[in-house]
Amino acid sequence: MSQDLLATFTEVLTEEFGIEADQVTPDATFEALGLDSLDVVELTLVLEEKTGVKLEDEELEDVRTVQDAMNKVQEKQA
Amino acid sequence: MTDVVITGLGIISPGARGLDDAWAGALAGRTAAAVDERLVEMGTPVTLACRVPAFDPDAELGRGSARRLDRFTHLAAIAAREAIAHAGLASEEDEQLAGADPDRTGVLFGSGIGGAETWASEYPNYLEKGPKRVSPMFVPKMLSNTAAGTVAIRSGARGPNMTVNTACAAGASAIHLGRDLIRGGAADVVIAGGVEAGVTGLAVSAFAQMGALTKNPDPATASRPFDVDRDGFVIGEGAAVVILESAEHAAARGATAYATVAGAGASADAHHATAPPEDGGGAVLAIRAAVEEAGVGLDEVDHLNAHGTSTPLNDAAEARALRAVFGDHTDGIAVASTKGVTGHTLGAAGAIEAVFAVQAIREGRIPPTANLVNQDPEIALDVVSGSPREQDVAAVLSTSMGFGGQNAALLLTRP
Repeated sequence: MSQDLLATFTEVLTEEFGIEADQVTPDATFEALGLDSLDVVELTLVLEEKTGVKLEDEELEDVRTVQDAMNKVQEKQA
Repeated sequence: MTDVVITGLGIISPGARGLDDAWAGALAGRTAAAVDERLVEMGTPVTLACRVPAFDPDAELGRGSARRLDRFTHLAAIAAREAIAHAGLASEEDEQLAGADPDRTGVLFGSGIGGAETWASEYPNYLEKGPKRVSPMFVPKMLSNTAAGTVAIRSGARGPNMTVNTACAAGASAIHLGRDLIRGGAADVVIAGGVEAGVTGLAVSAFAQMGALTKNPDPATASRPFDVDRDGFVIGEGAAVVILESAEHAAARGATAYATVAGAGASADAHHATAPPEDGGGAVLAIRAAVEEAGVGLDEVDHLNAHGTSTPLNDAAEARALRAVFGDHTDGIAVASTKGVTGHTLGAAGAIEAVFAVQAIREGRIPPTANLVNQDPEIALDVVSGSPREQDVAAVLSTSMGFGGQNAALLLTRP
């Protein structure tokens, strides 16, 4: 499941945001990937299309890394 | 009064990339009009457009540029980078200003529409998917001041940063106001230009509905300023940027001055939302103001790069305005409209044509009015057509008239 989700994140971040696939690791912070707060909001819109789960603004407050975001998506999917 | 000179040029215009290519295209009368497949797909009533050569925003401007910036900002950034490097203020690789104090370097852009493609692509998203699916990038992408803001971010210019909208005169207005920022002491250098990327299905449909676009489906003859058979303009896109600098500042750093912005005029028709008055109306005031401010005699203006959109109303009114100002001296002015090549690039036009006007001074060559076969007998002007005219050019006028009845005129002289 987590592998599938990481694959989804990798696909979105490479195809929609032009980030190199090998940079997308669970530990990577969005800041390190060059994404600002507007980018992260946009990321949630794309993820909603892919996963059916929408992360709201207030849920993003403590999201720093790809793993943080994957955890939030998994919580909501459960 | 502080003399303000032009020390750098940058351009991405229909069918051409960079100063050398654009100028070669203008001299060759290489019309950029072509059937636009995207417009064909959208089923717009007119499908001709004058597009810039294809480019990859992410490769040219950095990763994420395609997603974060509207097309009009891409064009502005590309033209500004070339102009800044041409002026010797930075290299093309490292756009950070090195040859001028960034805090004394301003940016002034003109745009008629701003992020037209962003509006066109995001509004259906809002309607179909709902408010919660609107991109957070919509506002920064769409705002018409983003081009100027982005040029500042990329170059580090922290001086006055503004955007002017006089529709199809915006590029010329930006050069006028940029010059005045320097004259007023607010900046030493101003990166000034015009930009438009408005070839969207919505905009093309609307211009067609107004009857502003040519119904001529032949790309080779569609944009034909001053021709008796002209029946509208071909929409274009592009950007052009000039580096404005006080003559003192340019001399101190050993920069080459290509032209002096000796005169600039602005006026309104106070007449109609889209049509010029038959007698040229407010354009007369703008042209006269530019000539008088420059202090050149009516017999000293060598060349006019006309607004010359290829619409029946504009070209005739412009000819009358010119004669109202210059009287018998009108016959001594070599007139050309480079819109036969570029089509009408709206807010970019005034800046693109200012670049061509500077080139005419530099090279002593006046580009022909492309596609002009039978000059309208109502237009009693010496219009250059067929091939470039070799002629000494010491003073050149460039005119721009925007919807809303907003007029601009620039009078550029050899430094």
